[in-house]
Amino acid sequence: MNPNPRIIAFCCCNCAYAAADLAGSLRVAYDPEITIVAIPCTGAVEPAVVLSAFEEGADGVFVAGCLDGECRYKSGNLRARERVQTLRAALEHIGLEAERLEMYQVSAAMAARFGEIAGEFAARIRGLPPSPVRQRGKSGVSGVDRG
Amino acid sequence: MAVNRVGAVLVAGGGVAGIQAALDLAEGGFRVYLVDEAFALGGKVPLLSRTFPTNECSLCSFSPWLAECARHPNLTILTNTRVEDVAGEPGRFRVILRRLPRGVDPEQCKACGECAAVCPVEIPDAFNMGFSTRKAIFQPYPQAYPRAFAIDRGACLECTLCVAACPAGAVTLDEPERTREIEVGAVILCPGYEPFDPTPLENLGYGRFSDVVTGLEFERLLSVGGPFGGRLARPSDGRAPRSIAWIQCVGSRNRALGREYCSAVCCMAALKAAVTAREQAEGPLETVIFYQEMRTFGKGFERYRRRAEQAGVCLWRAGVDSVRQVEDGGLELRYADEQGAGRRVFDLVVLSVGVQPPSGAVELARRLGLKPDRHGFCTPAAPGGTAAVRPGVFAAGAFAGPKDIAGAVIESSAAAAEAAALLAGARGAEKRGETLAPGRDVRKEVPRVGVVVCRCGTNIAGVVSVPVVVRSAEKLDGVALALEMTHACSEDSLSRIRDVVREYGLNRLVVAACSPRSHKPLFQQVLREAGINAYLCEMANIRDHCAWVHTNARVATAKACKLVAMAVAKARLLEPVIDVTVPVVPAALVVGAGPSGLAAALGLAEQGFEVHLVEKEAQAGGGYRPGPGDGLPDAQSVRSLAEQTLQHPLVRFYPDNEPVAVDGHVGQFHTRLRGGQTVRHGTVVLATGAREARPDGYLYGEHPAVCTLTKAERQPDPDAGTVVFIQCVGSRSKERPYCSRTCCRRSLQLALKMKEVDPERNIYVLFRDLVVYGADEELYTCARSRGIVFIRYQPRGEPALAPAGKQVTVAITDPVLKRPIRIAADLVILAAATEASGDSRALAHLFKVPTDRDGFFLEAHTTLRPVDFSAAGVFMCGDAAGPKTLSESLLEGRAVATRCAAVLSKGEVRARGVYARVSPDRCAACLRCVRVCPFNVPVIVGNTSRIEPVQCQGCGICVAECPNRAIHLIGYRQEQLLALLRAGLREVAG
Repeated sequence: MNPNPRIIAFCCCNCAYAAADLAGSLRVAYDPEITIVAIPCTGAVEPAVVLSAFEEGADGVFVAGCLDGECRYKSGNLRARERVQTLRAALEHIGLEAERLEMYQVSAAMAARFGEIAGEFAARIRGLPPSPVRQRGKSGVSGVDRG
Repeated sequence: MAVNRVGAVLVAGGGVAGIQAALDLAEGGFRVYLVDEAFALGGKVPLLSRTFPTNECSLCSFSPWLAECARHPNLTILTNTRVEDVAGEPGRFRVILRRLPRGVDPEQCKACGECAAVCPVEIPDAFNMGFSTRKAIFQPYPQAYPRAFAIDRGACLECTLCVAACPAGAVTLDEPERTREIEVGAVILCPGYEPFDPTPLENLGYGRFSDVVTGLEFERLLSVGGPFGGRLARPSDGRAPRSIAWIQCVGSRNRALGREYCSAVCCMAALKAAVTAREQAEGPLETVIFYQEMRTFGKGFERYRRRAEQAGVCLWRAGVDSVRQVEDGGLELRYADEQGAGRRVFDLVVLSVGVQPPSGAVELARRLGLKPDRHGFCTPAAPGGTAAVRPGVFAAGAFAGPKDIAGAVIESSAAAAEAAALLAGARGAEKRGETLAPGRDVRKEVPRVGVVVCRCGTNIAGVVSVPVVVRSAEKLDGVALALEMTHACSEDSLSRIRDVVREYGLNRLVVAACSPRSHKPLFQQVLREAGINAYLCEMANIRDHCAWVHTNARVATAKACKLVAMAVAKARLLEPVIDVTVPVVPAALVVGAGPSGLAAALGLAEQGFEVHLVEKEAQAGGGYRPGPGDGLPDAQSVRSLAEQTLQHPLVRFYPDNEPVAVDGHVGQFHTRLRGGQTVRHGTVVLATGAREARPDGYLYGEHPAVCTLTKAERQPDPDAGTVVFIQCVGSRSKERPYCSRTCCRRSLQLALKMKEVDPERNIYVLFRDLVVYGADEELYTCARSRGIVFIRYQPRGEPALAPAGKQVTVAITDPVLKRPIRIAADLVILAAATEASGDSRALAHLFKVPTDRDGFFLEAHTTLRPVDFSAAGVFMCGDAAGPKTLSESLLEGRAVATRCAAVLSKGEVRARGVYARVSPDRCAACLRCVRVCPFNVPVIVGNTSRIEPVQCQGCGICVAECPNRAIHLIGYRQEQLLALLRAGLREVAG
């Protein structure tokens, strides 16, 4: 339904970003619509930033952090997971499908898994209509605190 | 000694132990040569799928260490290099190194793989244990450092196809061997281990049946980077096994082979492998570990064992006699257990092969005049140390005796301490520190971004149209200059970048190339050298995340343009970061003057640092101090250590004292003691020990013939004809689900001594698993040969004690005969558990550091940072971190001295560039950040939160949690991320 989705992937530098690097070294191909944004820890991803991605027209966003118990900062990945859950509910509230946002967990060695995640998520977002925010152009979603 | 000492150290062996020693010494201001014969650093750790007891991906946790080695200015890495000879004397050695040909210049190689693509030779890949193939020109493993290819001389046909294919001109087939001489003050040998080759044990079928594999081979089968990509499969037909058996102690604890020692790591390795296999299996999987003693003595190991059993891993106490293949490809094990003989068929058999010193390393040790033991291990000249018999030469890691990663890390830090003590006066003499000129203040300037688009030979340019990316970059807001380079990271390119930054008055740099994880520090350095703050640099990963994963040139080019636009948008908003530094008080506070605290204090004093040693009791020595320690074995050696420490002019001893209030942070602690003194110190060591738990039951305290092991140790010749030892009293129980680690060893030592004094004495040891690891296995062998009787009991089958006049009757069921046994004992010795002392919790609270569920201090990382707290500048050692033997405590004390010295020797601590900053005008002091910080860094001062940059770990959790956006993370401000997202989501792109 959406042949050219725009997807933002917030990837933790200690694991998911490294897995994406390794996917590169091993030439694990995945969808070019996925744009990776490096962050020091998924725990640092502010809800407002995720919502901004949607506001700017992202069709899907995923946050990829370390496996349970492997967060370099102990609990960053768990907090991110909780936040993603809350944000999914918020998305529905403002009229976007919850599936547009997902949390994944991978280790730095899981290059193939990263490729799978990317493929899986891209397929999911392709199956949804283009983000209504994107269709409306730059008018934005109400209720996003831009400070 | 009249020698003019050299402030440099040779570390031979680039595995986890060597890397730890090298980093410790380099951080401490010594010049380090880290030498390894292999083409890449890493040793055995990269082979492991995961590490116990945390089940972490080994490379995830280890890679940052490799990267740090590669970047450290004091560290010179010499791979494919062999140590030929060491001459001279302690403090000044001449070392001859032989550099073996690599065939590829690692400085030029971009690891693009073009060479391997054309190489016609296909041979078994040694990294994957021969389960997959590689070319004659190859990268040792995907994340290897140096990140460069190498030629396998034995396989190379010299067809020169790779020479022609290399876009960087890095391949030279006729590279000669070269020798060079270096001068160092000390030598640390960490050559690691090699697995025992089970081929000669023909009954086990290794080499005959392809589904009989060794433990390390199974690690590769499990690894996501392995031959089956992490899918559980057996080698013979690639099918998923439905059952796997592990056979323990293959080549360990084996008298017939002359290999009496316990390899110490195989029990946990097998448990971990079984747990991992179950997790990765797609269908039901049976996992059986055939074992004799399950030795889960490390921190968290016993809990791990329980979890494994709960998850369905079957532990089967049985001796395996043979493995043979049956019709459908299955492997039949014949075994004998307490029920008798049996047989059982499995799909895959894993041999838990023992460890042994690498033969080349044993030869080297002999050549250097060391005296390896009869198994080849280079055991320390004195227990608790790392010095080899030749002064100035130290040994650490598995080469000094079988041990796990944490043990190797501790021992190599201890070796670093001993080397640093020898060279204390020469610290910093050979250091290659960097002097940082302050960058130009660009805050008021309009952003002028320079964009460098790297072709990476053909790695990027082969897919992405680089000129198109350059042209699109030129049009972006704020871009003053965009240019392409063949290899942005080559020396000539770097100097060109430096020139253009000056020439064009650039104040931001964006490099579109490979991963910032490997290359950002390099470009930051260039920017700094060009007089611009290093934090004004941003990278776009158009290789790993674009050219290498997208094959359509048009799509890849568009994506590269987008990635560059995003980086530029963020770069425009970057701000310079002035490194925050705090001066370091070059003194340490050591709390607790038991063996480990004393070793830490002396280790620091010997390296030239002032030490404040605080002890709750009136005398030093911990459990070995006069009074409670009288008559204990080793009491004399601990007392002489105490004497030596307290007499050291740099040690100030505060007996009858303890910390009551702490202020400050790494570099600048102010601690008030109960005695009223205030101590200023840069680091702190918590070494408050543990205590023997009071036994519950077993007539303890009710009958005079029952006492604890600690009490019995003082009286090796009791008036008792029959002595019964009961192991695991209060350990490995519901209340204390951990092994107390030392009791089996101490019980056997005492039993042997009692037997020596009076050979007629009857001695029984009632035990669950006899936990004596490494060379201590010999105690067990020896005890059995002296006629000491061992009777195993199970939980719920604990021995029952009944008073019988002066004697005690001990009743237990013989596990083999299944008959009750009654022993009339004159003395019953209870191996009581070791438990955390109450002081630990109080102290943990004071220094804001965590304890684990059992009350022992909780380290920053179980395997790789075993003596560090995650809070900067706070360290632990000895029993307070978990029960351990005296030698292990002393090693930890020394290791901690090294960890402290790395901070204290610097003069100042520097905050990393990414840290959280509070805007006081927005802060409502709601305490949210205080609560969520995993490292307890934020504090409320007045009515605002304060986050000390040198303590902040830069995770940004508080940033995302702050309800009023009062905190931001440097380099990840919301506006910066927003600009980046906007650029990435603009309609024109994609």
